[in-house]
Amino acid sequence: MTRVLIVGAGPAGIRAAAELAGAGLRPVVVDEGARAGGQIYRRPPEMFSRPAKVLYGSEAGKAGALHGLFDALLAEDRVDYLPNRTVVGLSDGVAHLVGPEIGERCTFDRLILATGAMDRVAPVPGWQAAGVYTLGAAQIALKAQGVALGRRIVLAGSGPLLTLVAAQLLKAGADVAAVLDTAPLATQMRGGLKMALARPGVTARGLMLRARLGRRFRAGVSLERIETGPSGPKALHWYDAAGRSHTTTCDTVALGWHLRAETALADLAGSAFDWSETWAQWLPRTDVEGRAADGLYLAGDGLRILGADGAELAGRVAARACLADLGLSTDPAAQSRDLKRLRKMRRFAEGVASAFPWPAQMVRDLPDETVLCRCEGVTAGELRDTVPLSGPDANRVKSLGRVGMGRCQGRYCQLAAAELISETTRLSSAEVGRLRAQPPVRPAPVAALVSDHDED
Amino acid sequence: MAVIVLGGGLMGAASAFFLAQRGVQVTLVDRRRIGAGATVASFGNIRRSGRHLSQLALARRSLDLWNQAETLLGRDVEFRASGHLRLIFDAESLADMRKFAEAARPFGLDLDELGPGEIHRRFPGLGPSAIAASFSPEDGSANPRLVAPAFAAAAAAKGAMIVDSAPVSQIRRNTHGFTVETARGNFEAEILLNCAGGWGTTIAAQFGEPVPLNTFGPQMGVTEPLPHRILPVVGVWSRDHGAYFRQVERGNIVFGGAVERVPVDPDPGFAQVDPARLPVQLGALSRLLPAIRDVSVIRQWSGCEGYVEDSLPVVGASSTTPGLFHAFGFCGHGFQLGPGVGATMAELIATGRTEIELEPFSPGRFAQKNTTSQ
Amino acid sequence: MSRVNAAGEKGRLIRLAESDRAPLPFYLDGVERQAMQGDTVLTAVLLSAGGLRSAEFGLEKRAGFCLMGACQDCWMWQEDGPRIRACSTPLKAGMRLLTDPPKTWPGELP
Ligand SMILES: Cc1cc2nc3c(=O)[nH]c(=O)nc-3n(C[C@H](O)[C@H](O)[C@H](O)COP(=O)(O)OP(=O)(O)OC[C@H]3O[C@@H](n4cnc5c(N)ncnc54)[C@H](O)[C@@H]3O)c2cc1C
Ligand code: FES
Repeated sequence: MTRVLIVGAGPAGIRAAAELAGAGLRPVVVDEGARAGGQIYRRPPEMFSRPAKVLYGSEAGKAGALHGLFDALLAEDRVDYLPNRTVVGLSDGVAHLVGPEIGERCTFDRLILATGAMDRVAPVPGWQAAGVYTLGAAQIALKAQGVALGRRIVLAGSGPLLTLVAAQLLKAGADVAAVLDTAPLATQMRGGLKMALARPGVTARGLMLRARLGRRFRAGVSLERIETGPSGPKALHWYDAAGRSHTTTCDTVALGWHLRAETALADLAGSAFDWSETWAQWLPRTDVEGRAADGLYLAGDGLRILGADGAELAGRVAARACLADLGLSTDPAAQSRDLKRLRKMRRFAEGVASAFPWPAQMVRDLPDETVLCRCEGVTAGELRDTVPLSGPDANRVKSLGRVGMGRCQGRYCQLAAAELISETTRLSSAEVGRLRAQPPVRPAPVAALVSDHDED
Repeated sequence: MAVIVLGGGLMGAASAFFLAQRGVQVTLVDRRRIGAGATVASFGNIRRSGRHLSQLALARRSLDLWNQAETLLGRDVEFRASGHLRLIFDAESLADMRKFAEAARPFGLDLDELGPGEIHRRFPGLGPSAIAASFSPEDGSANPRLVAPAFAAAAAAKGAMIVDSAPVSQIRRNTHGFTVETARGNFEAEILLNCAGGWGTTIAAQFGEPVPLNTFGPQMGVTEPLPHRILPVVGVWSRDHGAYFRQVERGNIVFGGAVERVPVDPDPGFAQVDPARLPVQLGALSRLLPAIRDVSVIRQWSGCEGYVEDSLPVVGASSTTPGLFHAFGFCGHGFQLGPGVGATMAELIATGRTEIELEPFSPGRFAQKNTTSQ
Repeated sequence: MSRVNAAGEKGRLIRLAESDRAPLPFYLDGVERQAMQGDTVLTAVLLSAGGLRSAEFGLEKRAGFCLMGACQDCWMWQEDGPRIRACSTPLKAGMRLLTDPPKTWPGELP
């Protein structure tokens, strides 16, 4: 039987798995987490007790349906599920895993990547300190561990997650000192209109959440720096829309400017990429159904940041594309219905992207001494000094200036680095280029690859 | 005199620098960026132990230049003479090492032999099951990402013209020398120096001097940054392709060896990393450094390198074409030789002679072999 | 709710929910601490400490960043055995964690 490997057990991966299993295939699902669900529907460890309503709020029903679907596939033994494993590399038809078993591999005929996204973060002076996190981190801490990341938290950035995390933290009893959105209100309204046209309900829910934040919420701000001491953040310094300077004391800062697709495996698997002005990031190139290359399908936030509902659709759509390519029968009516819904999701998502833009100017204005690459401690000034020697190519700047050479492989610094290179060279981010992924896509512990007796 | 140097790897960039230093008018041409071929991918080893004896004079000259690199180039390319330790795990390799040490002494290479106790005392954590080691205190490493761009920049400062990102469409020989047609214009000179690395044989073949060369990608990797506690470059004396590693000052451990190199199609020349080989490589490394089991690998890479049939590079004047010179095909151990090759080629081109014995690397050696065997 | 450790250092995190799980002891820099079953290593350590590790290229401490296995900021040393990613590793009873690399890595001086 054809072996289809699905990487990622979030909404996209689970829907893809169900679709394939429904057609009589037995897909293999690999995921880094201990329990299926992915980022938004992340499940806490078994011994935790909060009900779904508390964990997922208005999305509890969807979360339950998705978890139930996957649990049923497992109970009926219709998928091979490999949790706690990271695909760190790909060679011809083989995925190389890092996990509990030494040197594990998984062969496949076709590959569906549903690897999701991470926070898109812009550097803020001081962000390397302990106690500065991503917005996603603040949410994961709460959802999966029942903890707040600090006693007095400032959330800053832009995007739907900013408001959502703030509301969730407040509801759980955390002290949220301020919620600072760098997108000006006018920009948000323009994008918001597109959002409301595509998905009025979702848009209204977002506005209601925001109303709950009251005076904590400020739009159109600009972040100046995180003041830090030996034990981490002490205050966030920022300017309001009128340019007045403010200081908010805090011990924790969480940052995020919407999301960035996780595309390292897609890159290794041979996908092409395009610079997207809308999303202000590099995104894989696929056809409408998610075909990226022969036998390679992409779905979910790892392809386009459409959110959870869009990811479920995209997972099903990609799986059907895979089935069709295998010559297996699919339901064309369902496919076109889903594709139509996906188009709506896309219009909404494009509205989101334009309402909450990447803070390009703020990054361009970063003082030289700002740490740009948290892993390697490279500063904005060092990067600016590298460019005359390296030229504008992002990979070359990495090679000569170390930005992107650290443990995270440039996931959190490459967009800011490209912005600064483009500031220095006056070329567009598209011209600066994209950091190529290199295996292993996550740090691979030697102990996970080599047994104790392997040495001779 | 005017020279076109084709290929901006370490060999080409160093040659351009030393030619410019002699006042020669140089144009350095590369189809990609400077140092983006084998050079950037290489391990950065500056080692003489275990080299073919015919290379030791060149290697000595090169080492002297590495020691002056910072002054010559006006920037730190991270050359550190932190020593080269080669571990020995069996009697056969110990005998090989002693024989080599004896033969290498006249070339100014002094290898110390260390016993297990001394290895343990001087280099805690390295090769706990080794029966002996050689240590070469003057050798070390440099940063392969920085070195070719640094040579090219220094050459430019001395008047060389650097033409990168310029694919070459044609090379023509004519009465006054050579014309090289590139995407960024045509260049003319009496002298052409072929430093095109793994691609060098195509150019040599055009002038009736084919070299039996294959292109392969050595498999390299690096760990996360760790406390900087391992000073020497570490390798192994063995008749097989052994593992090697070094810890850079920032703390990462760079490693390679012990697994088959991956064949590379020279066109376009992008060398692939094969993740399947990593566990084998790490298994071999953990014999040299068991504590590597505690840490993670964060990146793998490879690069396209030319391997000549007899494992010796092609260096010297063309045997078919006046004005044509070659320096390519360094078989995975050219990094140490780079500055020496550059200085020697510059000397040979500018003065018509050099003290360094280049006969074993003669570009014509394969033609000769073919005729004698007939 | 939060604890001050022997060195007078305050924990960074505070528990907002799920606080009736079985206790789980572990060691941080040789000192015994308490966490709960189901805590990740990151949660366990940061409930009583300000950081997970020292930065390699700066003077600051690091305490994780993404909590989702993407940023790799949270890798910690153990007294024995491989380094672990704190945000994605469940705490096990008796783990012996270090905020700085062991003095004996990569090998002990004789
Ligand atoms: C992964 C790896 C590890 C290595 N490790 C070591 C080591 O530890 N120690 C050591 O001593 N050596 C090592 N080496 C070898 C060392 O890097 C090389 O021997 C050395 O860099 C060769 O330099 P080069 O200039 O001849 O070739 P390259 O660096 O390959 O440069 C050739 C250049 O020529 C250009 N070019 C090709 N064709 C044309 C054309 N027609 N026109 C114009 N330009 C052209 C290419 O684009 C390229 O930039 C390693 C090599 C690799 C790939
Ligand atoms: S905090 Fe980012 S990987 Fe653990």
